[in-house]
Amino acid sequence: MNTQATQSLDARGLNCPLPILRTKKALTAMGSGETLAILSTDPGSVKDMQAFCKQTGHELIATNSNQGEFEFFIRKS
Amino acid sequence: MGAADKIMTQGLDQTQFDQWFDQRFETKMAQREEAHVSSLAIIATKGTLDWAYPPFILASTASALGWEVSVFFTFYGLELLKKDLKLEISPLGNPGMPMKMPYGPQWLKDINWKVPNIVMAGVPGFEKVATGLMQQTVKNNGVASIEELRSACIEADVKLVACQMTVELFGYSPDDFIPEIQDWIGAASFLPVAQKSDVCLFI
Repeated sequence: MNTQATQSLDARGLNCPLPILRTKKALTAMGSGETLAILSTDPGSVKDMQAFCKQTGHELIATNSNQGEFEFFIRKS
Repeated sequence: MGAADKIMTQGLDQTQFDQWFDQRFETKMAQREEAHVSSLAIIATKGTLDWAYPPFILASTASALGWEVSVFFTFYGLELLKKDLKLEISPLGNPGMPMKMPYGPQWLKDINWKVPNIVMAGVPGFEKVATGLMQQTVKNNGVASIEELRSACIEADVKLVACQMTVELFGYSPDDFIPEIQDWIGAASFLPVAQKSDVCLFI
């Protein structure tokens, strides 16, 4: 899936809770409506990103999985 | 005459009034829930490398979720607020702790070494070795260091408070601790914070 991202974050090799902490940090510096693309290798981040977006009101536009790598697109609320 | 009586005299019967009230109540409760900021209060009481993780992981994650977080460090938990973190791990008397090598070929890494307590207790420096192996395991797995998680908490305005009594009890000097500690307080000051929190954990 091709989604245009304003910024990207490489969280590969990091484990819980670092992908979420880095995501939150990156989103803080972004404007409302902008999209952040995140790469992660932590399998736990799939459920955590969903929970994070549900709690914080950001929109999880897409989740892709490819050979142990996960890609998330989050639109800032 | 109360508001409810007034409404009833204006022609609403009991059923209509109840309906009106239920609807209004739902709306108000939804508004309140929307405006509510969740909060977490943690009491951190352990000062070993393994037990340092839960409070900092939960506090930093909760702050990322937009929660208000306070952590009260007491007894050995104060070790987690030292400027110079020298946290160690003790496998002694902890049969739940896997003892695996973070180095070498996979077959070696897969072995769970069952070291008898008497060996762990008797070999000088055993805890130093175990601590080193744990730190390497943490690094290999991309798990954050305690320093990193603590910095994340400080950056996210997690309220770190320390137990005044413990400092005196253990003869600590206030200079040993990071300056980001927001307050030195006692149980009577933290319990009201815990009372108001949505989630309260004793770790």
